[in-house]
Amino acid sequence: MSILRLTAVELGKKIKDKEISVREACEAVIKQIEAEEKELNCYVTVLDKEAILKKADEIQAKIDSGELTGPLAGVPFAVKDNMCTKNVLTTCSSKILGNFVPTYDAQAVINLEAAGAIVIGKTNMDEFAMGSTTETSAYGVTKNPWNIEHVPGGSSGGSAAAVASGECIAALGSDTGGSIRQPSSFCGVTGLKPTYGTISRYGLIAYGSSLDQIGPIAKDVTDCATILEAIASYDPKDSTSVKRDSYDFTSELTGDVKGMKIGIPRDYLSEGLDSEVKEAVLGAAKALEEKGAIVEEFDLSLVEYAIPAYYIIASAEASSNLARFDGVKYGYRTKEYEGLHNMYKKSRSEGFGPEVKRRIMLGSFVLSSGYYDAYYMKALRTKALIKKAFDKAFEKYDVILSPAAPTTAPKLGNSLSDPIKMYLGDIYTISVNLAGLPGISVPCGSDSKKLPIGVQFISNCFDEKSILNAALAYEKTRDITYSDVLVKGDK
Amino acid sequence: MAHIIDDETIEYVGILAKLELSGEEKEQAKKDMENMLNYIDMLNELDTDGVEPMINIFPVNNVFREDVVTNGDDRDDMLANAPAKKDGQYMVPKTVE
Amino acid sequence: MSRQYETVIGLEVHVELATQTKIFCGCSTKFGGAPNTHTCPVCTGMPGSLPVLNKQVVEYAMAVGLATNCTITKNCKFDRKNYFYPDNPQNYQISQLYYPICRNGGIEIDVNGNKKVIGIHEIHMEEDAGKLIHDEWEDCSLVDFNRSGVPLIEIVSEPDMRSADEVIAYLDKLRLIIQYLGASDCKLQEGSMRADVNLSVREVGAQEFGTRTEMKNLNSFKAIARAIEGERRRQIELIEEGKKVIQETRRWDDNKEYSYAMRSKEDAQDYRYFPEPDLVPIIISDEWIERVRKAQPELRDEKRLRYKEEFDIPEYDADILTSSKHMADLFEETVAICKKPKEVSNWLMVEAMRLLKETEKEPEDMDFAPENLAKLIELVGDSKINRTVAKEVFELIFKEDIDPEEYVKEKGLMMVNDDGQLRSVIEAVIEANPQSVSDYKNGKEKALGFLVGQTMKEMKGKANPGKINEILRELL
Repeated sequence: MSILRLTAVELGKKIKDKEISVREACEAVIKQIEAEEKELNCYVTVLDKEAILKKADEIQAKIDSGELTGPLAGVPFAVKDNMCTKNVLTTCSSKILGNFVPTYDAQAVINLEAAGAIVIGKTNMDEFAMGSTTETSAYGVTKNPWNIEHVPGGSSGGSAAAVASGECIAALGSDTGGSIRQPSSFCGVTGLKPTYGTISRYGLIAYGSSLDQIGPIAKDVTDCATILEAIASYDPKDSTSVKRDSYDFTSELTGDVKGMKIGIPRDYLSEGLDSEVKEAVLGAAKALEEKGAIVEEFDLSLVEYAIPAYYIIASAEASSNLARFDGVKYGYRTKEYEGLHNMYKKSRSEGFGPEVKRRIMLGSFVLSSGYYDAYYMKALRTKALIKKAFDKAFEKYDVILSPAAPTTAPKLGNSLSDPIKMYLGDIYTISVNLAGLPGISVPCGSDSKKLPIGVQFISNCFDEKSILNAALAYEKTRDITYSDVLVKGDK
Repeated sequence: MAHIIDDETIEYVGILAKLELSGEEKEQAKKDMENMLNYIDMLNELDTDGVEPMINIFPVNNVFREDVVTNGDDRDDMLANAPAKKDGQYMVPKTVE
Repeated sequence: MSRQYETVIGLEVHVELATQTKIFCGCSTKFGGAPNTHTCPVCTGMPGSLPVLNKQVVEYAMAVGLATNCTITKNCKFDRKNYFYPDNPQNYQISQLYYPICRNGGIEIDVNGNKKVIGIHEIHMEEDAGKLIHDEWEDCSLVDFNRSGVPLIEIVSEPDMRSADEVIAYLDKLRLIIQYLGASDCKLQEGSMRADVNLSVREVGAQEFGTRTEMKNLNSFKAIARAIEGERRRQIELIEEGKKVIQETRRWDDNKEYSYAMRSKEDAQDYRYFPEPDLVPIIISDEWIERVRKAQPELRDEKRLRYKEEFDIPEYDADILTSSKHMADLFEETVAICKKPKEVSNWLMVEAMRLLKETEKEPEDMDFAPENLAKLIELVGDSKINRTVAKEVFELIFKEDIDPEEYVKEKGLMMVNDDGQLRSVIEAVIEANPQSVSDYKNGKEKALGFLVGQTMKEMKGKANPGKINEILRELL
């Protein structure tokens, strides 16, 4: 079987068993990038081939000496371009960071590399993670490997497309309102957003600080659990990092759902949900029921209020988080200006794209004098109610099952003209971020256009175990081979 | 009630956000913001009286550092990406008249 | 008759805390490093960096709050204050608006015997900004982030002050409390204590406050007093001319003795405060408050009392000695060595104060070792040097921190206590000055002084004046 068709854990095992060398693994991925990247544009930056191979040899030596024994040692990874990587360009897919080379690594990247994974490049994304299609990138759109006329989703579209096309074995993404789960669903791969605070945000360039969370995008549930275990850590550098009782996400991964209570929010299955998506998602529910899970529909409530609350909170935080991009310390500074404030305004106006400017403007407005209570406080109160609605649901259910997105991937160029319509596409993912919950998207079929559909599992805070088991149980019923996932094949 | 964002408001938000929009962008921004605010108004349907605003999701409190110097001199690293610098400092347009 | 006006003043006092590290990162707060050598991704606002709160900042803020009779906020949080300026690397300052750490306190001031309590509205924690230097050559500004992230507390008073004297008394009292707590050295000139003055005027008897202005850039007590007088006059003139006072921030120029509005179209002064999502709440328990309260050192009022009782020092002297924590420390450390509180007090009260005035220095600037002052007092006590020499030596201790024993030995300034030598010199002096001798014998006490002086001159100042007196009287 070709290297590119292996999951990260399978490849890691073959490397450990000396069936495949780290160099061979990296070369296979580099070859695939050379073949496909021109068409797909998954990456903003691919590392120099020689540098990757040198690193591969170093890792091989450490594996051979027994220094590295973990399941991901030697596996080629892609990292979303909003995570700082020392000495490697980190742009957030924005012109304003077009020349930013961090002098430090994000903690998640440090952890990933400590596990022996090899970072081969930085993936394309919506600018500053603002968008659902990867079309707001300053470095060109990424195309969906299943059909290049369609978007890969976003904002971690580059990571999801790279996994789906074999341009990496697995990837890191980040999720503020669905940015891991929705592109995973659109690209037919598996993506996990852990409980808020599980993975350090240090070195993740912030969009909405209270919502941002890093997570894995990979070929299957086992990969996601294994990568989560490698990158999750309590980090004293991130005050919102949560000290968890256990960082073991794999040993209880059984795929057993007997007696597991699964709820489907009835309010998720109504208006706006594509009928093919609905059918596939309900099919997944049925499959789990056959495996012994107890599945029923219930009213979650407040569903439609999550999006407005999210856009107030995320835009407000973003307007402040993105204030630091001002042409003083790093990044883009306009060529000609008259005085300080003109320098600020020109650098920022030329450096940011339209969607980013739209959210900064909105965020600045909702926080401005006289509006704070009406918008920001109202949104925080709504968030409290949404959290309460989930608390209530989890009194009854172990896992909530839902679509990851209301439709499959839209065509390129169709989304940005109507922002609110685009925002509505995040309806099933956004409330999970507001409530800090973990969520995973798993492929559950495809529509008549052969575009993938994803089913989302949500569980209570700190209960990744339940969604991983539900997702794994479902995955086992599908008997997927990675020719399903790896749409591009190896040439 | 539908929101009307006038030129003055867009100008004002531009000052706060340090963004300078062209005439065309300004018109678009007015429209976008009006649409968004009208949409957000949906929240007014929701009775949130007496609901405590939720800032942090988890009851994590009192995360501190001890008062011990841990950083050395990393000036070159800090200045590595500066668009303009002089004598180990960031160079900016004059801030006084 | 012209109208009578009352000045209403409130202060916002910023104090740099005496921590080793910055408020949100492990960079040193030491003064004097080359530009940007005390910086890291956090205090330069690098993308992806995150703040982590220095615990000592919270404890200092609590200590100041307790010492100023504030209520400690048990559930306090940080907020972001958003504004663009190059000395503010993130273009927001992490501060506290909604839940400041201390509230509703007050301290008593005493202006010429009139006692009055000045209310403290709140104390909050925040980070300092970097430093901007203006480069004439390049016609640009340069940013140094060494001070960026240094912890500050801002103490916001109620508008309870009515005169510059009250303002100075309040600031002085605040300064002493904080210095004694060890929370800051509170030097106005160096900027570790800064005061912004909020001032309005109203007709005497009016119930409503007038429109206030905020004045910044006041870096000495004198500048504060002048700014208050200047701003009061400016506002009264406006009102008398029928014009309105505009609520605004003004910058005081102490050379021109005038304040200028800091208005700019780009300065909307709309800070868009919201809760800092990168930090978690601070929950302060009663036990923690008690721990900080118990660890509180002796404050000035207690110390002043103890000096009177334990050392029998007059009230006025105790006042001066404790008027600076540093001076009080010097006093106590010296007394601990030489056990002569009155002597130590005398040197500090008279000679040290004189030299401070002469050199235009603050008590905090005295940096000689208490051992050296103690040795000097021993030398005088053992009659090894006389007062005149001792004053000279003290000046050198004050200025150069010399070791008085070595110095006196080296320069041969020890007093001659050898009676035989002194006696023969005095005999010679008596012989050479018959007029003075007879004057003295005719009851002119002054003449004796002349003879002592002559003897001292012959002895090159190294004789014990008491001894000379004694022998002179005997021989005459």
